[in-house]
Amino acid sequence: MNAYIGTSTSRIDGRAKVTGAAKYAGEFNIDGLVYGAVVESTIAKGRIKHIDASEALRVRGVLDVLTHQNRPRMADASAAYKDDVAPEEGSPFRPLYDDKIMFSFQPIALVLAEEWETARFAASLVRVEYETAAFTTDLQAQRNSAFVVEKPESHRGNADKAFAAAAVRHEAEYFIPIEHHNAMEPFAATAIWDGGGKLTIYNKTQGVQNVQRYLCSVFNMKPDDLRVRSPFTGGAFGSGLRPQYETVLAVLGAVKLRRPVRLALTRRQVYTVGYRPATIEHVAIGAKPDGTLDAIVHEAIAVTSQHEDFSRNDTAWSGQLYKSPTARYEHRLARVDLPTPCDMRAPGAATGVYALECAMDELAVALKLDPVDLRLRCYSDRDQHTNRPYTSKQLRECYRQGAQAFGWSKRRAAPRSMRDGTELVGWGMASGVWEALQMETAARITLTANGHAEVASAVSDIGTGTYTIMAQVAADLLGLPLDNVTIKLGDSTLPLGQVEGGSWTAASVSHAIAKTAGEIRKELLRLAQAVPDSPLANATVDGVALVDGRIVHKRAPDRAVSIADAMRQGKVDRIEREGTVQFEDDDSHARNTHSAIFAEVKIDEELGVIRVTRVVNAVAAGRILNTKTASSQIMGGVVWGIGMALHEETLLDHRFGRFMNPNIAEYHMPVNADVYDIKVIFVDEPDTRINPMGIKGVGEIGIVGTAAAIANAIYHATGKRVRDLPITLDKLR
Amino acid sequence: MINFQYARAADVADAVRQIAADPKAKFIAGGTNLIDLMKEEVERPSRLIDISRLPLDNVEETSGGGVRIGALVPNSDLAHHPLIAQRYPILASAILAGASAQLRNMASTGGNLLQRTRCYYFYDIATPCNKREPGTGCSAVNGVNRMHAILGTSETCIATHPSDMCVALAALEAKVLVAGPGGQRTIAFADFHRLPGDTPHRDTNLEANEIVTAIELPARGFAKNYTYLKIRDRLSYAFALVSVAAALELDGQAIKEARLALGGVAHKPWRDVNAEASLRGQAANRDSFARAAEALLHGAKGYAHNTFKIDLARRAIVRALAQASQGTPQSQSSKKIR
Ligand SMILES: Cc1cc2nc3c(=O)[nH]c(=O)nc-3n(C[C@H](O)[C@H](O)[C@H](O)COP(=O)(O)OP(=O)(O)OC[C@H]3O[C@@H](n4cnc5c(N)ncnc54)[C@H](O)[C@@H]3O)c2cc1C
Ligand code: SF4
Repeated sequence: MNAYIGTSTSRIDGRAKVTGAAKYAGEFNIDGLVYGAVVESTIAKGRIKHIDASEALRVRGVLDVLTHQNRPRMADASAAYKDDVAPEEGSPFRPLYDDKIMFSFQPIALVLAEEWETARFAASLVRVEYETAAFTTDLQAQRNSAFVVEKPESHRGNADKAFAAAAVRHEAEYFIPIEHHNAMEPFAATAIWDGGGKLTIYNKTQGVQNVQRYLCSVFNMKPDDLRVRSPFTGGAFGSGLRPQYETVLAVLGAVKLRRPVRLALTRRQVYTVGYRPATIEHVAIGAKPDGTLDAIVHEAIAVTSQHEDFSRNDTAWSGQLYKSPTARYEHRLARVDLPTPCDMRAPGAATGVYALECAMDELAVALKLDPVDLRLRCYSDRDQHTNRPYTSKQLRECYRQGAQAFGWSKRRAAPRSMRDGTELVGWGMASGVWEALQMETAARITLTANGHAEVASAVSDIGTGTYTIMAQVAADLLGLPLDNVTIKLGDSTLPLGQVEGGSWTAASVSHAIAKTAGEIRKELLRLAQAVPDSPLANATVDGVALVDGRIVHKRAPDRAVSIADAMRQGKVDRIEREGTVQFEDDDSHARNTHSAIFAEVKIDEELGVIRVTRVVNAVAAGRILNTKTASSQIMGGVVWGIGMALHEETLLDHRFGRFMNPNIAEYHMPVNADVYDIKVIFVDEPDTRINPMGIKGVGEIGIVGTAAAIANAIYHATGKRVRDLPITLDKLR
Repeated sequence: MINFQYARAADVADAVRQIAADPKAKFIAGGTNLIDLMKEEVERPSRLIDISRLPLDNVEETSGGGVRIGALVPNSDLAHHPLIAQRYPILASAILAGASAQLRNMASTGGNLLQRTRCYYFYDIATPCNKREPGTGCSAVNGVNRMHAILGTSETCIATHPSDMCVALAALEAKVLVAGPGGQRTIAFADFHRLPGDTPHRDTNLEANEIVTAIELPARGFAKNYTYLKIRDRLSYAFALVSVAAALELDGQAIKEARLALGGVAHKPWRDVNAEASLRGQAANRDSFARAAEALLHGAKGYAHNTFKIDLARRAIVRALAQASQGTPQSQSSKKIR
């Protein structure tokens, strides 16, 4: 029975968050806490000739200044620093490891003091002499020396030849600058000795067990001696998938001083932990006059660091989504002297699909076709890479319902043909696509005779609503009121949970709970059948359900035993089960979520001021567990898409190799005034093949395609095609 | 951030005494700009003299029919004060176009005048900057300079003054009242902020041992035909690319008096009396507005990333004058450009 699944349930952690009861990594207090402050490199490349901490050490309250020369022992081998999410190729950054400077703002010393203010003051007194080396941070300057990384998917046919021969062709280059996550909570770690040589680290992360494995490897500690906790995360958006340097530094400090240490990074320092790579996207599409495609070529060049090859699938979406007999993709990396990029909401798709969907819009113009019509003409019910069917794909329905809600049929085709007083009006659309992933995950359920259940798994809730959907699923499957379910997560000692990324957590943890709830039900049935004259004597596990605190025969609901009676009779006051769900590798079907985004912009004709006045995002993402938290995810993605289209850009000065706007006053993202009407539609998409509950996940699909829909609307309004993001008003001239 | 002493000023005389005694001391009012700069170590004061509790928080009418505004009146209170909202709506509008509600609650009138540029290099102590460290060079001239000035620049500095409020004060011909060891003096608003010249480290003509005590507005408020039009990279909470304060007195369609000042384009709020003169006696229409814009922007000079500001300023001036002449000032809550 579904009392909670599929409903609009408010976050169960909402009250704790708004009242401040929810504690974040930098908020755990303990007597004797030591505060850290980081000294950052002011040069982009070279080596440290000399660090003089003497003045800093003279400040009262300063306990130590750690550098590569005097830090406690860490692993030497670069492999020891590879976490679960590290790129396959390359050597991860090792903080305070040696005298090498690999990027500007690199942490080079950690000041430890009795007070935060003292640490910060002393950090300003550390004197550093450098030997500088030549460096580059400019993608455009490095594009010609970019190297090809392993292809995301195999090609089909001869796309270049087919493109050259096509009747109608569109080819263009699109650009996305470096962007940063700017989560509200900065990275922080508090490392606390529990006694007996055991450490607990409160950390901002998307994966406690990943951080635990990493730290154990770097510090050669036993898993039982090192616990990582992250009960709440103030947003991370991919930046918290890999363990970041603050956690290593906090442990170094704790090991050196044998005292608890807290290190919270400043906003500027947060800019060095990772970013969405600047990417040049080249797309060429050839079509027949009827709007069917002959060829798609998509090539991307993205930045990566000198020491690691970070790459994501930007290009293969292009060959998967639309029917085309030929396709070719290529992903290249250009090395720059910056930190390694990292995942950022819908990595690869946010950028690659932006380019694809703008290119499709340009093709529609060349073909004189309505943009929705073009997409329907090359619609495919099969994954084009391998010609597989999808477990489900309701994209057609997204187009239909989205267009209807938006009023798309009233669109006039010609650019500059719609206006509202002094404003030009533009309507644009785009498709979105993301993967529907699922990962091995475990859950433990402890049911007590008073009808309360505790559900535990080492997954994270990075603000997405994981606490809430876990409680909903458990409450429904155990037949309990939501309030009787307690969730534990974000603790490395709990049953297996993967990093929260790729939108896979909802599907994965829900099935782990379902499986374990099944074990609980089995045990309850066993107990119920031991009750004298049990009305469930002949029932099977699959024949009963847990409903309203009772074990009920599904086909004869009057045959039931209350959970309390069953447990009392069996003389058990708690039942504890742990289950791990694995998802079979079934390659027979493709698994994706899809969306159709429709955007309206109004642009002051004289001044170029752009307002995104309406967005409709129609999403097909399987079963929606919670319409409220899921809508919020999509809305957040749309707001981010507005930022990507109009505002976001991390500025670099290539002469210094430094980010110029590493703070949220100068790095622009949308504020309330930039966000008007956003309508989220979830298209019905039953899917019995992907997993038993039909869940796909919605964390990332909301941003995919949104920037393209807005860029296309801006073209429609103005007749000017801007391919370089962000589309600021000066680019409209 | 470095360690510093903290002392509260007992009264204006005490504040002046304290600042005169320590050349490395700084006044702190709302702290919304100073604290940020201290965190970045751009400002490294030895001592903060807290003036936030001085009784300089009145808005009152002067005998000459104008209004005197205490230096510690919060920006929010000022914008919503009936005397300002009704008689000087251009000032209220300019204040509400700036920063965020939270910042305006903290920010003081005096602090707003003395806020420092948002030039990225000025904020980053790892880069050369003549304003921060005289003689080290200007990183912006050949660097990231999309936000920078197009008027009154020098090769030593192309920074802008970031205030919105000050643009309206320039247009209103306000006066700045200051107190120093030698007593009080009054500085005309046009003379308060400086052009960079070869001394870009000096933003204003306020002496290091002086305190701003009040702003005085003359009687003329232009409450009927005015606007404050701010163009920025997002619809709120961003510094101006270009902003225009335009105020007119009309006699039918003829312009009797005109005021025109720009923000985001120069090292100071940029008021141009010649452009104003070109409007006087003219019919209020797009032709006369365009001529005024031409006059104002004559001599404007762009750099690698900010040349667009010249044309944007031209259009914004014409639009602002149209808004003012039609009595349809730009709303600061609805973001649609009128
Ligand atoms: C994120 C952000 C966005 C912003 N956006 C805008 C915007 O869009 N438009 C805008 O106009 N402003 C904007 N501001 C700036 C804001 O208006 C100023 O920070 C504020 O007005 C400064 O006032 P304060 O009282 O806080 O000054 P403080 O920070 O206390 O002081 C600033 C300086 O003035 C000096 N000082 C203060 N009072 C006196 C006095 N009476 N006499 C002599 N010296 C004095 C101090 O010594 C210090 O050097 C923004 C600020 C931030 C942080
Ligand atoms: S423009 Fe002025 S503030 Fe900016 S770097 Fe140059 S000198 Fe410094």
